[in-house]
Amino acid sequence: MRQRVLGSGLWLLVVGVALVVYLFAPTFVSDFHSRDLAHAGVFFIAICGLNLLTGYTGQISLGHGALMAIGGYTTAALVVHEHWRDVWTIPLAGLAAGIVGFVIGLPALRLSGLYLALATFAFAVAMPSLLKKFSGLTGGGQGLRLLESAPEQVTGISGTVTIFGHSMTQNHFLYYLTWAVGLVGFLLAWLIVRGRLGRVFRAVRDSEIAAASAGVNLARYKTLAFAISGVYAGVAGALLAIQDEIVNPLTFTFLLSILILVGTVVGGLGSLPGMVLGALFVQYLPDISTRVSDAQGVPDFVYGAAIILVMILLPSGAGGLLRRLARPLTTRLYTRP
Amino acid sequence: MIFAFDWTQLAQQIVIGLASGGVWATLAVALVLIYRSTGVVNFAQGEMAMFSTFIAWSLVNHGLSYWAAFFLTVAISFVAGVAVERVVIRPVESAPVLTVVIVTLGLFFLVNGAARWIWTPEVRSLPNAFSTRPIDVGGVAFSIQDLGNIAVSLAAVGLLWVFYRFTKLGLASRAAAVNPEASRLLGVRVSWMLALGWGLAAAMGAVSGMLTAPALASFDQNLMQPVLLYAFAGAVLGGIDSPLGAVVGTMLLGVLVNLVGTYVDWVGTELQLPVALAVILGVLLIKPTGLFGRESVRRV
Repeated sequence: MRQRVLGSGLWLLVVGVALVVYLFAPTFVSDFHSRDLAHAGVFFIAICGLNLLTGYTGQISLGHGALMAIGGYTTAALVVHEHWRDVWTIPLAGLAAGIVGFVIGLPALRLSGLYLALATFAFAVAMPSLLKKFSGLTGGGQGLRLLESAPEQVTGISGTVTIFGHSMTQNHFLYYLTWAVGLVGFLLAWLIVRGRLGRVFRAVRDSEIAAASAGVNLARYKTLAFAISGVYAGVAGALLAIQDEIVNPLTFTFLLSILILVGTVVGGLGSLPGMVLGALFVQYLPDISTRVSDAQGVPDFVYGAAIILVMILLPSGAGGLLRRLARPLTTRLYTRP
Repeated sequence: MIFAFDWTQLAQQIVIGLASGGVWATLAVALVLIYRSTGVVNFAQGEMAMFSTFIAWSLVNHGLSYWAAFFLTVAISFVAGVAVERVVIRPVESAPVLTVVIVTLGLFFLVNGAARWIWTPEVRSLPNAFSTRPIDVGGVAFSIQDLGNIAVSLAAVGLLWVFYRFTKLGLASRAAAVNPEASRLLGVRVSWMLALGWGLAAAMGAVSGMLTAPALASFDQNLMQPVLLYAFAGAVLGGIDSPLGAVVGTMLLGVLVNLVGTYVDWVGTELQLPVALAVILGVLLIKPTGLFGRESVRRV
């Protein structure tokens, strides 16, 4: 009993600290930097989604950048063509990418491992060309500009946004919006992982044959994992479009899919708290590498070296490190004397 | 289009497709070598090949002939490949597969950055290894360069096959890939066999890069990125654990991409790769282990 109270107390403490950090982070950094933080939030959401798929269900995807493109273009098309308010397009962007994620999940029923990697990779590689091809809807290589085409629908165009009588700059608004969505996504992911669905996902990951013989409908749960993961990616893409106020094929290249995968593995497969670190890593490492020296090629060199070093030092990602750090505490809390 | 169908043009396009497929095949075989020994796709394979090509370019610039530079570069690449495995891959040998994959992605950025750091971004070109003069076979004009590329690629893959099939070292490294524990008990140095695989893969990649570059008017540090995509796709099509499959897969892919690009107007050059990937996906859905891949049977 005492352990359980202490355990819940620990969780409340963690959640409380997270909320305080969330609420007050923008006051400590410049207005400009809160936009960077908002961008990290986009990575965070996409990485959470990929972790549900890869870390918990064991299905690899090299195509999450393309799913983000679906979300981003859904938002942009609704704002530009239909003049929707930008923030209200987010649910629909998530839904659209979720459906596409479900469809990509269908080949996953036949393919596994590397072959699935190729299938999702094909999707990622094809996306920029497809976006250019269907230029009526997507604006071709130029992309869609939210600010020029429908300025009245861009939240914060006047410079300030007022929420609950509290006015803030546009960058702060983007930060609060993105991370609010991110926190909700995180909590939902946490509930999924802890619940029945999470157990089924892990069973599929650990052994498909064993899961199937225990009565798990593999087809249903694999495609479901892809769909849920797609919703996360779509929402992330929508938020990216809202932040950038523009979408074009260059935003959603194969590199984006790679970055999300790097963030997920650095954060730690099968660890949700590590995802924050994974997102910050992907967001800030390019800046840091440029700061080392901006001579031709050096930033990329430093960037690659940093990724390799992190993986050598933390083979199971930041999540593994967090688990190890928390172990003395949790062992004491959860083991019965 | 159908009415004026030109059979000689078809034959020409097939040979051009085989030639590019042959160049991709050497890189695809490199991917297969590493996949068989380490169990991961080496995303940095193309960049390593690009780096080798730049070494060859420097050698040629210092007055070596193309072929002298070619063989010297293959040797250097072999040593460098072994070194990369020892320094970067060995520490994560026992880590989860995706961790190793991310390390190769890191290697991708690192090698690309290093190449742009060392060699400034300027327009450069390698001399042609073969004459670009066309020769006439039964009314169809083939370029000597295309035929030469096919020949060199096949020779490189053939040598590799001889090594694995007929030498004791080759046997040991195959054994290490199939059953590391048993091989270790029999005295095979399994870890060094992995390094050997990386060295050979780097050498094969170098061949691929040095055949790719002369065909282009100029090249830069992004030389091998499209080649890597095609090599990966072709290797998976052939069955990722089969070197023969990789060769056949990439050759088929080369012909397919070239024919689709030539005859289907809607596709053009922009959609060549997506269409090729879609076709491969179709094949994989029917035969999920690729054309030559073995069905893996596992104990539950």
